[in-house]
Amino acid sequence: MTAVAHHPPSARSVTRRPGRISLPMDVWRRRLLIAIVVTYVTILVLAPIAALISGALAEGLGAVVRALSQPDVLSAFWRTLSIALITVVVHSLCGTALAWVMVRHHFPGRQLLNGLIDLPFAVSAVVVGYMLLLLFGRTGLLAPVLQALNLKVAFALPGMILATLFVTLPFMVRELIPVLKEFGVEQEQAAATLGASGWQIFWRVTFPALRWGFIYGLTLTFARALGEFGAVLVIGGGVQGRTETATLYIFRALNERQYVGAYSAALVLGLFSLAIVLGSDLLRKKEK
Amino acid sequence: MNTIASSWPRPKASESSPWGRRGVRTVALTYLTVMLIIPLAVIFQDGLRAGLGGLWQSILSPIAWHALKLTLWTAAVTALINAVMGMLTAYVLVRYSFPGKALLNGLVDLPLAIPTLVTGVMLVVLYGPQTALGSWLAREFGWRIIFAPPGIILALLFITFPFVVRAVQPVLQSLDREQEEAAATLGAGPWTIFRRVTLPALWLPLTTGTLLSFARAIGEFGAIVIVAGNIPLRSQTAAVYVLGEVESENRLGASAMSVVMLMLAFGLILLVDWLQRGRQTSRDE
Repeated sequence: MTAVAHHPPSARSVTRRPGRISLPMDVWRRRLLIAIVVTYVTILVLAPIAALISGALAEGLGAVVRALSQPDVLSAFWRTLSIALITVVVHSLCGTALAWVMVRHHFPGRQLLNGLIDLPFAVSAVVVGYMLLLLFGRTGLLAPVLQALNLKVAFALPGMILATLFVTLPFMVRELIPVLKEFGVEQEQAAATLGASGWQIFWRVTFPALRWGFIYGLTLTFARALGEFGAVLVIGGGVQGRTETATLYIFRALNERQYVGAYSAALVLGLFSLAIVLGSDLLRKKEK
Repeated sequence: MNTIASSWPRPKASESSPWGRRGVRTVALTYLTVMLIIPLAVIFQDGLRAGLGGLWQSILSPIAWHALKLTLWTAAVTALINAVMGMLTAYVLVRYSFPGKALLNGLVDLPLAIPTLVTGVMLVVLYGPQTALGSWLAREFGWRIIFAPPGIILALLFITFPFVVRAVQPVLQSLDREQEEAAATLGAGPWTIFRRVTLPALWLPLTTGTLLSFARAIGEFGAIVIVAGNIPLRSQTAAVYVLGEVESENRLGASAMSVVMLMLAFGLILLVDWLQRGRQTSRDE
């Protein structure tokens, strides 16, 4: 890490070094590499975003507002928001506990579990939905139990929440584990010798140190939950007005060729999750 | 940092409340079991109901086999392009300063914040057959982007763009430049320096970033179902195939493909985990 301080990554400090002269060749290579990267990012990232904005606004702002203020669109966004909020609350508690156990506890199989936490990151969302369907669906393993308890999980909100929880599992845990490791245990030990209880230590000593990792993990979880599509499609079925989330509405609107509605909803959803992630990024930078 | 935590006599800090300690662990592990392990176990059990032979038969059916092949090669192409361009982007971001660098750095994270379904919609708006650019590309060059592999690869490149950049960037930043300078004074050209000095120091983050891109690309669904549609034997990927089988209630087909995709995800994640752990222990010693 100290190397960063000694070698600020700027071109000027490089050219000033003894034994390195800035030849015209160097300058051209530099320009070429920068140009390639900027072009790549422009084509890959910026052009599609610009296209979506202009596509949504093709028929004017009025059409966007009209499309988005339809009751079933509003209810879809509302459903997305509530699923994402529940997901965030559950992962704030269980995700923090999981990160804590992974760093501070030692038990057989810990390494394997540590690897498993990343799995939702790579498993296809469709497969996640299908797994839940095998458990909770009409002919699923738990169908008799659910029937006896009169619970509905598949094609209902609980199943969609479970699917979103699965998909967002790694974010909070992965954000907190390195912070917890770095923080170490000395301060907690000091608090313990001063007679603090376990809870006191956690709230007064550990949590303040975790705060920014926690907030960042929270926003990533929230953004990912807002955008979940494949898993909630399979387990929820996307029934209009009942299990349709914002992403499922976009999918239906595209299939029904309601382009203004689809593009506007996609734009709003994209901007919303972008604002959340950027906002927390800015907050964190300010704090530092 | 690691060593401090593990050399500390373990139970002491929370000896005061063994109940709380056990409680937290029980909650965390139960949560993990219910959320992860039970669903995974169920799908393996279901996929292997007809035995390994039945699973293979189902995968080798023409439609499933085509979907799997399409998924694997588009993901591999994505991972390779991403390795090169991600490496280059990280290099430019670390080594050069230029106007707009902060903006470029921020843009790298953008794909993480945008829902993948929205990514798919963006690409359709830009390259779709009815759009100006899409119809022009089709007319002048005969290129089809949407409902074809190029669209799939573009979507996957967008989604996985941060992985290699963000893996390589911190390592490149902390890299000591003395070796590169030594090579330069010995007369090595910039390309030789990069290939023989810089790249070997970066191979681990580059490999893990590329493998993660590959794993993520295999499983992607939201963007692809929009960009590629659902045309069997043409643009149907493995994830979209699973959706089709679920919808037509072909349980064996859905489970078999799911098991294959899960095995790939498992293998790749464990490989990345193992590579990273190897580095960590060698650093601790």
